[in-house]
Amino acid sequence: MSRHTLSVLVENKPGVLARLTGLIARRGFNIHSLAVGTTEIEAFSRITVVVDVADVPLEQVTKQLNKLVNVIKIVELEPEVSVRRAHMIFKVRADAATRAQIAAAVEMFRGHIIDVAPDAVSIEATGEQSKLDALRLVLEPFGIKEIVQSGTVAIARGPKSITDKAPRAG
Amino acid sequence: MKPGPAPASRRTAKPTGPASAGAPVPTAAPPAHRQDRSTAEVLSGAQAVIRSLELLGIDTVFGLPGGTILPTYDPLLDSEKITHILVRHEQGAGHAAEGYAAATGKLGVCLATSGPGATNLVTAIADAHMDSVPLLAITGQQSSKLLGTDAFQEADIVGMTMPITKHSFLVTRAEDIPQALMSAHRIATTGRPGPVLVDITKDAQQAEAPFVWPEEPYLPGYRPVLKPHAKQIREAAALIAQARRPVLYIGGGVIRSGAEEELLALAEATHIPVATTLMARGAFPDSHPQHLGMPGMHGTVPAVASFQKADLLIAVGARFDDRVTGDLDSFAPRAKVIHADIDPAEIGKNRTADVPIVGDAAEVMAELLTELRTRYEAVLADERTAWWRMLDEWKETFPLGYEENEDGLCDPQYVISRISALTGPEGVYAAGVGQHQMWAAQFVKYERPRSWLNSGGLGTMGYSVPAAMGAKVGEPDRVVWAIDGDGCFQMTNQELATCVINRIPIKVAIINNSSLGMVRQWQTLFYDGRYSHSDLNTGHNSVRVPDFVKLAEAYGCEGIRVERNEDVDAAVQRALEIDDRPVVIDFTVPADAMVWPMVAAGVSNDEIQYARDIRPDFGGEELEEGV
Repeated sequence: MSRHTLSVLVENKPGVLARLTGLIARRGFNIHSLAVGTTEIEAFSRITVVVDVADVPLEQVTKQLNKLVNVIKIVELEPEVSVRRAHMIFKVRADAATRAQIAAAVEMFRGHIIDVAPDAVSIEATGEQSKLDALRLVLEPFGIKEIVQSGTVAIARGPKSITDKAPRAG
Repeated sequence: MKPGPAPASRRTAKPTGPASAGAPVPTAAPPAHRQDRSTAEVLSGAQAVIRSLELLGIDTVFGLPGGTILPTYDPLLDSEKITHILVRHEQGAGHAAEGYAAATGKLGVCLATSGPGATNLVTAIADAHMDSVPLLAITGQQSSKLLGTDAFQEADIVGMTMPITKHSFLVTRAEDIPQALMSAHRIATTGRPGPVLVDITKDAQQAEAPFVWPEEPYLPGYRPVLKPHAKQIREAAALIAQARRPVLYIGGGVIRSGAEEELLALAEATHIPVATTLMARGAFPDSHPQHLGMPGMHGTVPAVASFQKADLLIAVGARFDDRVTGDLDSFAPRAKVIHADIDPAEIGKNRTADVPIVGDAAEVMAELLTELRTRYEAVLADERTAWWRMLDEWKETFPLGYEENEDGLCDPQYVISRISALTGPEGVYAAGVGQHQMWAAQFVKYERPRSWLNSGGLGTMGYSVPAAMGAKVGEPDRVVWAIDGDGCFQMTNQELATCVINRIPIKVAIINNSSLGMVRQWQTLFYDGRYSHSDLNTGHNSVRVPDFVKLAEAYGCEGIRVERNEDVDAAVQRALEIDDRPVVIDFTVPADAMVWPMVAAGVSNDEIQYARDIRPDFGGEELEEGV
């Protein structure tokens, strides 16, 4: 098994996400994370999907995804040549005694405390999955009450864009 | 080679240029120019459906009305260009549209209401998806404001059919109807053909909008590749030049492409043997000396053995289905593979290709031949005599055959051979699924493409009668046989009513072994003869429920029962003489007749049995190394 990040440019239409995720599920792949949003072109959305697969079937799944009529383009973003980010929010137990320690840890990870209650704080952080995992390890001894995480988004390094040469709305 | 009316689809069902997404609408539709929305004629959505179908050149629709599609049925009554055939069950509409498409090469269209009407189409849609049949399914849907409320006859048919359609549309606005239908037509008929569903809400059908016929469908993500890459053609030609035991492994894509002439030219120029899969029967004439027959689970010994001994498989429009490969790891163990297909996802899916070629079968084979003629003149001169000596010996030693039964009943293989001989290659033969399907694939002599219709991928019992009906509507001048089983026939025989009322004189040959024959064969071979729920009591020594002759007569068909081989010819002749109503012949055959040869499921093709417990000896390695 290996983990791959696919960036999928799709038509911005209802049901496209269902077609894509349905196909991935039918072929027996596990979706590790998923992020969907609009792009600089109004007619297109971009889906970043992180899947766990063996190498040979990845090619099969990208070929199958390419057959979806609403899919414009698929790019696999290799870790070496792309930047990837996820956003995570933690709610951690905190009292007068521990709040300062937590704030120091958050500072080290360039996170922010975004909400404070008498017995808890909420912390946001952005970064590679490994960084967020490390922050989680640091926060765990204080008592994590809740975690919410965005899907990973990723972009290729360098000047090229996934929408280069993409057909524009006609 | 190809007498009779030319298949309408040849080169017209899809654009052949490289810029396919920008190619013109592939039917004879008069392309209306982009109109100003303010001056365009105002039509109801229902009228827009009918007008769009007319502009797309659709002349036949199979369907059954119901609440949410009623608006569209109203203007349909006035259409002079579209003939609607009222079926008795929506599954029949779906298979009839498939049969129409498979026999003519044109788009098949079926129409149904929402909810159960739509779900009754699901089997046919799945069937068309597996066998790459160009099918347009139009369904009514509850009004948009009721969607998602569990309204009467509401079913999420777009959601249900996502895995089994090439694409689908949910249309909720009248003004979107022309674009959706034009796009559906383009997607269904080009590239690798397939089913497209257009689900139209009732309020979209009832609303009014200016009718604007687009010049082109807007499909930015749909660009089928038809023209093969020159480098891949060069590499394929080089492999062919080196090969000593090559075989052309021809799949249904060759028929969908209309590539039979290119195949004949390539095969004859290179002296390479040809095997045609279940979906490709008729792509290469059975009478041709280079034809080895069908590969696979019930394929001929020469075809199966040629794959196992080949050093090169040239697969065109085929998908290395498990019914062809048997155990994949031991399939064609010495062969390099050239795999040409219009669908890139098929290449390398089951078997790694040494040379993958994405493209239309006709273009691939034409360019391969040009490349071979240009660079490998000497290869074309090689008649491959050593390879042919081996193949001819297998053909001579292991022809298709059968043992006559000792009960005095009809032999199913004999019945089908006689139907073929008396009807001839200009007929169309549609089978259901099971033993009779395999015998019809083996014992009908196919000389032309689109003469053999069957449910290959999905294996849909009940395909035969409605598919034959659709084929007869599309090809009214041809004799159309439904070669059916007693089990299959009972699943869709209600369409005989449709055939009688609409004067669609198909001929049905029921190969009646009084059981689910293929199930019984497996129970005989693999379950110690424990016949768990496979006896249907329709035939010899049974209560005959139903009595197929009486059933035929009840529908207004001619019903004939044949119980002995000597009466087969007269009954078939009688059927061929009747042209004003359907004919149903109940051929009584023994329950224990079995389909041979056979490679058991999941077993290596090397273990093919010519007949029960008879394994051919193909000679050792040294023999083939000497070739």
